[in-house]
Amino acid sequence: MLRLLTLALLLTGSLLAQAATNDLYPLDSEADRERFRNLTKELRCPKCQNQNIADSNAPIAEDMKDEVYRMVREGATEEEVFEALVGRFGEFVRYRPQLEPRTVMLWATPAIVVFGGVLMVIGVVVRSRRNTEGASSLSDEQRRRAEKILQTDEPDTTGGSGTGT
Amino acid sequence: MKRLFLFIPVMLAITLGVVMYAGIGKDPMHLESALIGKPVPAFELAQLENPDVMLRKDIFNGQVSLLNVWGTWCPACRDEHPDLVWLAEEKGVPIVGLNYKDNRDQALQWLQSLGDPYTVNLFDPSGSLGFDLGVYGAPETYVVDAEGIVRYRHVGVVNEKVWYETLEPLIRKYSREG
Repeated sequence: MLRLLTLALLLTGSLLAQAATNDLYPLDSEADRERFRNLTKELRCPKCQNQNIADSNAPIAEDMKDEVYRMVREGATEEEVFEALVGRFGEFVRYRPQLEPRTVMLWATPAIVVFGGVLMVIGVVVRSRRNTEGASSLSDEQRRRAEKILQTDEPDTTGGSGTGT
Repeated sequence: MKRLFLFIPVMLAITLGVVMYAGIGKDPMHLESALIGKPVPAFELAQLENPDVMLRKDIFNGQVSLLNVWGTWCPACRDEHPDLVWLAEEKGVPIVGLNYKDNRDQALQWLQSLGDPYTVNLFDPSGSLGFDLGVYGAPETYVVDAEGIVRYRHVGVVNEKVWYETLEPLIRKYSREG
């Protein structure tokens, strides 16, 4: 019962928080609200570096939210808002920096690492397969010899054990 | 060929070492200003001492100056204040003050009791110019050249070391060019 109550409280709490942002930054259409939410989630606070501006209460994040709100209300596209804020604070405020010469390594490293890993796995698999194939492929001459050894060996061992008893 | 593969872990370790070594001693809080090489954003702000005088960006024309963002609410600004006074009095550096998100009476009182190193002070209670400059933590000090182009931003306290190692060479460089 207590658990249910806590859950209910938590749920209403999060709904209230959602409603509070809507009240602080009232927007007419759901599309605008969606855009505002996306933008404030994707923009990074320069002062508190591991928070987006939606979560941050730093004065600078508040200023940025106000600016985003103003621009969204005036009908700016997401790209325009990003440009306006990057122009002031630098590429740093974007959680997803754009692809440019300076950020090539940032974007390329995961692909390079995955590619290298795949190459290594392929190499290991190919090599182990080649090894097993090599082990089984005896020449006819070798096979005959092996069979002969096995045949002559068998009576030998039984005979050996026989003499022992 | 097989021997070469044995060196892969060593190569990886060396690459990782180089990358991480490059990061040692770098302050992650230090961000380069997006305005370097661009003109100071246009503004129209009242003078701190006199609300009737409106100031525009032409106050930067004619000489290389420092633009110092400060506020009475900012403890680090109090720390650097004596050094700014020293710069203005001993070195004759023109310092434009940007009184950021502050209260006029408190700011004037501060200047009266601690000394006034500024050639002119902009009063920006809403932080509009601060926002356009990308100010994210006072105190910040910008080097602005004689054409009003932002050349450098220093975030944090200005002291003797910062002056001799960073700001003075920059001011000298851009004064020569101008």
